Amino acid sequence: MSANADTHDAHDDHHHKETFVTKYIFSQDHKMIAKQYLITGTIMGVIGVIMSLMMRMQIAWPEEPNVIFEALLGKWAPDGVMDADIYLALVTIHGTIMVFFVLTAGLSGTFSNLLIPLQIGARDMASGFLNMVSYWLFFISSIIMVSSFFVEAGPAAAGWTIYPPLSALPLAQGGSGMGMTLWLVSMAIFIASSLLGSLNYVVTVINLRTKGMSMTRLPLTIWAFFVTAIIGIVSFPVLLSAALLLIMDRSFGTSFFLSDIFIQGEVLHYQGGSPVLFEHLFWFLGHPEVYIVILPAMGLVSEIMATNSRKPIFGYRAMITSILAIAFLSTIVWGHHMFISGMNPFLGSVFTFTTLLIAIPSAVKAFNWITTIWKGNIQMNPAMLFSIGFVSTFITGGLTGIILGDSALDINVHDTYFVIAHFHLVMGISALYGMFAGIYHWYPKMFGRMLNKKLGYIHFWITAICAYGVFFPMHFIGMAGLPRRYYTNSNFPLFDDLADTNQIITIFALIGGAIQLIYLWNFFYSIFYGKPAVQNPWRSTTLEWTAPVKHIHGNWEGDLPHVHRWSYDYSKPGHDEDFVMQNVPLKEGEEELQH
Amino acid sequence: MTALLSILVLVFILVAIWQMVKIFDLTQSDSDLNNQVANDKDNKINGYLMLGFLAFIYIITIWSFVALGEFPLMSNSASEHGPGVDSLMIISMIVIFIVQTITQFLLHYFAFKYRGEKGKKALFYADNNKLEAIWTIIPVIVLAVLIIQGLFTWTSIMNVNEDNDPLIVELYAQQFNWKARYGGGDNTLGKANVRLIDINRNNTLGVDEADPNAQDDVITTELHLPVGRPVLFKMRSQDVLHSAYMPHFRAQMNCVPGMITQFGFTPSVTTVDMRETPEMKEKVQNINKIRVKKSKALMANNEEALEPYTFDYLLLCNKICGKSHYNMQMKIIVETQEEYDAWIKTQKAFKNSLINN
Repeated sequence: MSANADTHDAHDDHHHKETFVTKYIFSQDHKMIAKQYLITGTIMGVIGVIMSLMMRMQIAWPEEPNVIFEALLGKWAPDGVMDADIYLALVTIHGTIMVFFVLTAGLSGTFSNLLIPLQIGARDMASGFLNMVSYWLFFISSIIMVSSFFVEAGPAAAGWTIYPPLSALPLAQGGSGMGMTLWLVSMAIFIASSLLGSLNYVVTVINLRTKGMSMTRLPLTIWAFFVTAIIGIVSFPVLLSAALLLIMDRSFGTSFFLSDIFIQGEVLHYQGGSPVLFEHLFWFLGHPEVYIVILPAMGLVSEIMATNSRKPIFGYRAMITSILAIAFLSTIVWGHHMFISGMNPFLGSVFTFTTLLIAIPSAVKAFNWITTIWKGNIQMNPAMLFSIGFVSTFITGGLTGIILGDSALDINVHDTYFVIAHFHLVMGISALYGMFAGIYHWYPKMFGRMLNKKLGYIHFWITAICAYGVFFPMHFIGMAGLPRRYYTNSNFPLFDDLADTNQIITIFALIGGAIQLIYLWNFFYSIFYGKPAVQNPWRSTTLEWTAPVKHIHGNWEGDLPHVHRWSYDYSKPGHDEDFVMQNVPLKEGEEELQH
Repeated sequence: MTALLSILVLVFILVAIWQMVKIFDLTQSDSDLNNQVANDKDNKINGYLMLGFLAFIYIITIWSFVALGEFPLMSNSASEHGPGVDSLMIISMIVIFIVQTITQFLLHYFAFKYRGEKGKKALFYADNNKLEAIWTIIPVIVLAVLIIQGLFTWTSIMNVNEDNDPLIVELYAQQFNWKARYGGGDNTLGKANVRLIDINRNNTLGVDEADPNAQDDVITTELHLPVGRPVLFKMRSQDVLHSAYMPHFRAQMNCVPGMITQFGFTPSVTTVDMRETPEMKEKVQNINKIRVKKSKALMANNEEALEPYTFDYLLLCNKICGKSHYNMQMKIIVETQEEYDAWIKTQKAFKNSLINN
């Protein structure tokens, strides 16, 4: 921030000899760490998606042997017929990987690291070392999570919510032995990683903004990352404590979550604990977690929509206020996952009230995005398409939240496919769209090359159709009362008429999954052979586009840019170009918008 | 096999798309260094595709309602509180439908209408407090209505009134089956705890043998309920979390080891009457058509044919509970008071079901 720091860092540049190891592996440069997060997250994403496709094939064709199961699952799919235990393991690890490893670390980790220093005008994160440690802890936790597939009794299989006693007792389920131990260890390390990252983001945003970059001139991306990091710091430790208590119950004979259990012919010694306590602790993280996932996507989308509409984001202050409101409300709504858990029904009333309140800031955001593109000059870059797709699925998925958040209605759709449809649209697909939008938009910043736009268009349109094809009909089979996490529905003739719909869903899922190969090809091919990028390909206003294309340690040659205006001066009257960068001083007589 | 074939087809489609793109690329001049940014042609094509996508959303919505519209449990409820839940559900669905239709239209239509063109300038429009106040207040009002009706419905379902002498039934969950325990002649359940389970004496629910209230308890593997009489379920689990889900009655509650949870409702339609409703008849007919088709395929493979389906109310487990979670069910039979009385008489009392060594 100070002039001292500037010269010191610039000085550093010339004397630092980088080896392969310090540049590509144990790098402390935020841009490299962002790429490491992205590529690790992508690999985890591929694993998570393959798991979901196997689950979908199992649901659609439950009796049929499948060579893919045989090849990928080995002993858990004798003659190609999937075992019921491994189905639950797929459910569990798919959820865990997608929520934490892809949409938390892969999304927030990538873009917070890349954009916070570049957009606020800092040379790097406040602590490059902690940042490096954060990534490597994430890497280790990913390895442990995936390795749980190779233990004797299989990986954790109690659902990603790992409710005890199922997750606590190896007698209840094979996966609750070594597999669950690995899950807990992996998550403990993951939480440490996430906390180091979040603390770093918060400190960096507060302390390292360049001259002139007041909080109300920050791009909404930074606001989103900043608030996300705060939610993470508040809620992740609670999950860590829940995990530690569960480890104690499992290994040291305590009874925090267990009481009065008779299993496999014996009474266990546990007395006085309650699984409901675990549910409270879990969802105190678990619900804010969905905002940890969606807020960064919202930030990215806000930025991309403004840039590509060539218009300021509509209602900048309202956008910030709604981010803060969502963040606050997110910590007092966790009980809506527990309406029928056996907690006092009065609490159900309270949580219904707070939950439905969240619809208000969400609605404000949706309308503000729509108004942002109104009378714009919309540049249909792939990033923009994914951003529009984001708003579309966020609305479709978000609206069914008013059914699930209403305790009286939740009774009958709780834990059915209706829930799956709801949260996959509103946080799964939406956050993925946000992530894709961010990747298409900032790829030139990350790799100095462009992604192929035609492949981008094909990727978007087929993905968009498949996403609706998968999740729209799913609401209906959920409302028919079909419970989630069933290995097969063939034991219920009642659900026989849903089988055709399930097959249609699976076909959409397979096409949607396969089309991601085009994206992967585009991504990895373009790293080496993409068209070289110019400095500011999307004609954007924010500071990262004033930095040179080629990555240098410290981000800018010479002095840091100074900021003179907010980040949304698109198509401002009185200027020839339809964008004015943040480091351009105000013209004589020009007024900065009172935003 | 179907799965393998569909995957092969997919791979070929992907290869074809990739090749087409390559050809497309080769035919274009490479002069513009920065040609990976959208130009007017891209804006136009994608603008029209946005309109097309709007149509797609509407079509899949209509298709879902037409083709899948009979699936949702929004009519035909079999409990007295059911219609209240259903009407709230329908109101919510209407609200959702209206908002969804309008907002998706605005989003995609604007994306089409304001697609970029060279030389056009966007409107510098950063703020409008009045507009923002409008779309804060409208959701507030709509949500207030939904919240108020929701809370009334919820409270009336969950506040069990014990004055009107409900039938007390314990639902007992274990991996992977359900049992029901009736209070017997005194309609009072004997005390129970899993520590009292004695498999050798066939005391599988851990009922206190010394409790006088327990002697006439009746333990069954089928749940019979008299129509029109309030039932209060007391739920227990002996091992892990389970959830007692009775979709036709709009009822669900978790079974938690170490505590007793409860849920009450009044069944309003007997099993026999439900089977005779036109909707149910159509549904069962449809399911049986599917089963006959499946049976033919099975018989061709020298396997047993499926039995024809007759409708029954079901209790399902709806909380992941282990390997056979997907097959943890119990039949529920709602019948007249006389039928119920006759049935319960044929069941063994707890004290007579014990094995004395």
